[in-house]
Amino acid sequence: MIGNEAMARGLVENGCSMALSYPGTPASEILPGVVKWKTELSLPIHIQWAINEKIAFEIAYAGSIAGLRTVVSMKQVGLNVASDPLMSAAYMGSKGGFIVISADDPGPHSSQTEQDSRLMAMFAKVPVLDPASPEQAKEFVGLAYKLSEAFEVPVMLRPTTRVCHGGQDVELKDVKPSDRAAAFKRDPARWAATPKFRYLLHSKLNEKLSAIAANEDTKPRLLNPDTVSSTAVITSGVAVAHTQEIMADLGLLNSVALYQVSQPFPLHSAFIEEILGKYERILVIEESAPVIEMQIADRHKVKGRLNGAIPAAGELLPEVIEGILSKFCAISQPELNIPTTVGRKPSLCAGCPHRASFFAIKRAVPGAIYTSDIGCYTLGLNLGAIDTALCMGASISQAAGFYQAFKLSGKDTDIVATIGDSTFFHAGVPALIDAVVQDARFVLVVLDNSTTAMTGNQPTPATGIDACGNPRASISIEGLVKSCGVKFCRVGDPYNMPRFTKLLKSAHRHSLEKGLAVVISRRPCLVDKRVKEVKRERIDVAVSSACDGCSYCIKQFECPAIEFDQAGKRARINQLMCSGCGICIHVCPKKAIEKVEVQ
Amino acid sequence: MYPCLPEEGDRKGRGAVNSSSEKQQILISGVGGQGILFITRLLAEAAIYKGLPVLTAETHGMAQRGGIVMSHLKVGGFSSPLIRPGKADVLLLLHEENLKGHLYYLAHGGIVIANSVLRPDGTEAAKVISIDAASLAKKIQQPKSANLILTGFALSSLSRIGNRPYCSPADIRAVLCQKMAGRDKILRASLDAFDLGMLRGQEAKI
Ligand code: SF4
Ligand code: SF4
Repeated sequence: MIGNEAMARGLVENGCSMALSYPGTPASEILPGVVKWKTELSLPIHIQWAINEKIAFEIAYAGSIAGLRTVVSMKQVGLNVASDPLMSAAYMGSKGGFIVISADDPGPHSSQTEQDSRLMAMFAKVPVLDPASPEQAKEFVGLAYKLSEAFEVPVMLRPTTRVCHGGQDVELKDVKPSDRAAAFKRDPARWAATPKFRYLLHSKLNEKLSAIAANEDTKPRLLNPDTVSSTAVITSGVAVAHTQEIMADLGLLNSVALYQVSQPFPLHSAFIEEILGKYERILVIEESAPVIEMQIADRHKVKGRLNGAIPAAGELLPEVIEGILSKFCAISQPELNIPTTVGRKPSLCAGCPHRASFFAIKRAVPGAIYTSDIGCYTLGLNLGAIDTALCMGASISQAAGFYQAFKLSGKDTDIVATIGDSTFFHAGVPALIDAVVQDARFVLVVLDNSTTAMTGNQPTPATGIDACGNPRASISIEGLVKSCGVKFCRVGDPYNMPRFTKLLKSAHRHSLEKGLAVVISRRPCLVDKRVKEVKRERIDVAVSSACDGCSYCIKQFECPAIEFDQAGKRARINQLMCSGCGICIHVCPKKAIEKVEVQ
Repeated sequence: MYPCLPEEGDRKGRGAVNSSSEKQQILISGVGGQGILFITRLLAEAAIYKGLPVLTAETHGMAQRGGIVMSHLKVGGFSSPLIRPGKADVLLLLHEENLKGHLYYLAHGGIVIANSVLRPDGTEAAKVISIDAASLAKKIQQPKSANLILTGFALSSLSRIGNRPYCSPADIRAVLCQKMAGRDKILRASLDAFDLGMLRGQEAKI
C-alpha cells in the first residue's frame, strides 16, 4: 500500500475516533484510506472532509479535548490555513491523542511552495515525527498517539511526497476500535485561557518540550552500530532511505556512522552532545529546511544546508544525495548527464468544462486582468486566461485589490476572477463579502464542476454527500452568493458556448455600471465517477477542408484532442482522446471544425 | 469465476526469496491517463504475491492531467523508493516521446520496452524491443488497455533474452484475478489484453 493508505491503517489500528481533512496533494488519500477500513470493519469513526484546514483542525482538536484519539490531515500549504489554531493548541495541549499530519512536497511536484512543516512545528513548539517509508509512517502513527497522550501535546507527523505516494509491502496489525466515550472537564484557565494564563501554559509547554527532547521512544537511531568512525551522517525522512541505499552501494556503511532522526524537533539534547563529542565531521541531510541542523548549535563540525553542502532548493533526489555524499567522503564520481528536456505540460482534459469557460471569458472580456486560484483550473494558464494564482481564495481578493489600485489611479480596467467551487467554499466566501462591502467591481466566475477535481474528486459542501458517501445537506452556491449581497448572480452552462459568452458579456456590463457580478459556470467534471452515469449527447467533430492551418484552435483553445497534422498542414482531431463535447465547433474562426455523424 | 489461479503450492512464502537475481529496478514512463499507476500496482502486487519486498514511487496531482507520469518500481532488498540514473534494468515506455527525457535512468545493458510503431529515435545506445500496443489496443476495442498489452509483451520478451523478470505471466494473471474478483467482464478483458501482449512477446523479433 502507499504511505497514505499505510497511515490510514495505522490510524484505525490505534483507535482513532475522528479523522478530518481538506483534500490536497500529496495528503489526499489518507482520509479515503480511513473510510475504507471504517466501511469494511464497521468502525465507529467520524470521518469528514471539512470546508478548509482550519476548520478541520478545530473539529479534530475538540475531539481530542473530549478525550478521543483524533487526527487532522492536510498538505503543507493547508497547514498555513490551520496555523492559527495550531499555535494556540500547542499552548493548551491535548487530552486524547491528537495528530496533525502535514504532508510536504519538496520538488515541488504539485504545490505552490516547498515549505517544511517541521519548521512550523518548531514555530508552534510541538514535536514532529519524520517517517522514512510507508511502513514507518504507519508505525509512527502509534508512536505519535503515545507521545501526544504522554505529554498532552499535539504531535505533528510530517511525511513527504515520496512517503505519501511511495508504495511498500506493509504488515498489518490488529485493528482496535476505540472504546472511549467523549467527556469534557471544564477548565477555563486552560481551554479559554486569557493572556496571563497563556504565559503559564507557555512555560508548561517549554517544560514538556525539554522532557520530549529526552523521550526514549523517539530518540535518534544509529543504523550501523558496528561501525567505528569519526564521521557521521545524520538524516531524517525519506532521505534516510536514499542515503542508506547509496552508502551501501558506495561501501560507506562500515566506515561512516549513519543516524536516523525520527523526531527532528525537539532534537534530543543528549544526542546533540553525543555526536559533537564523538565525531570530527558531521553531515546533515534533511528535507527541506535545516531544522535538525539549526538545533546543533556548535557549528564548526557540521555541514549541511546552512553552509551550502546541500542545495537550498529542490527535492533531495537520490542522485543529488549521491553527489553530496561523494563530495563529503571524497569519493570521485562520474559526472551525471541528465537531460533537461522540457516534457509535456499538464493540460486540462479533452472536453473539460473549464476550458470552455476560459475560452468564453477571453472572448467576452478580452484583455482583462484575469485573477485565478488553486485547482485543476490553474491549467487555464495554458490558454492565456490566467494572470495570477497566489493561494486558496486569492482570486477574489486580488481582483478587489486590482480594482482599488486602478480606481485610485483614475484608470479603468476590466477584471475577471475565476475560482473553483471547492476553493470558493474554502476561502472565497469572506473575500466575496469583503468585495461587496467595499464595492469592488469585477466579474467573478465560479467554475462549478460539483467536485474537488484536482485531488481526486472529493465532495464539496454543495455536493450533498459526505466522505463515506452518505447523503448530507447541500449548500447552494447561488444562494450563498446572493446572501453575500451580490445583485447579479446567474448560472450558465459553458458547453453552450454562444449563450454562455453572452451571459459573461452582460455580467461584464453590470460590473462596470453597477457593481460586482457573479456567473456560476456549471457543468460536472468529466472524470468525476459520480456523474459519469449521466448520459450526455456525444457530438462527434471533424476538421473540414476549410481549415487553413492557422493553428488558432491549438494555441487559443489547446484541447489535447486537437493536433496539428504536419503532413496535411492542418488541424486534426485525435478521435481516441476526443470526448465529444463539441465546443471546438465554436472556436475555429474559419468554421472548419464541424459536427459529423459517425456510424 | 474465470479460472486462472495457479495451484496453492505455486506461491512462495513472504521473504522466502531474495537472491540478487530477483533484485530488479523498473521505470515505467508515460503520460496522464495511460494507466501507469494501474500497472505499477499490478507489478508491485505480483512481487508481494511472490513474497518479495517491493518499493514504488508514483506520480499524483497536477501531472496526472495529461503531464508526464513516471513510476519507480524496485523489487528485492532496497531501501529507497527512487531509482537513480543509470540503475534501471528495464524502462517500460508507454509514451515514446518520454524516451529522451528518461533514457538516462537506464543501466548499462538495460532494456527498453516501448509502445511504439518503430524503434524510437535516440535509442542507438540501448537494446530496444517495441510493440505497437496502442494500435493493438484499438484493434481489440479496448483503447485503454495498451498498458496491459505492453506489460504482457515485456514479461514474455524479457524472459526470452535471458533477462528473467521477477515474476512470470502466470503471476500477473493470478494477481489480476485477485484484484478483479467478482468483476468478470473487466477481468476477462484485462486478461485478453495481457495475453495478447504476452503472445506477441513470444513471437517478437529480438
Ligand atoms: S481548425 Fe480552424 S482554427 Fe484550427 S488550424 Fe484549422 S483553420 Fe485554424
Ligand atoms: S469535441 Fe473538440 S473540444 Fe471537445 S474534446 Fe473533442 S476535440 Fe476537444
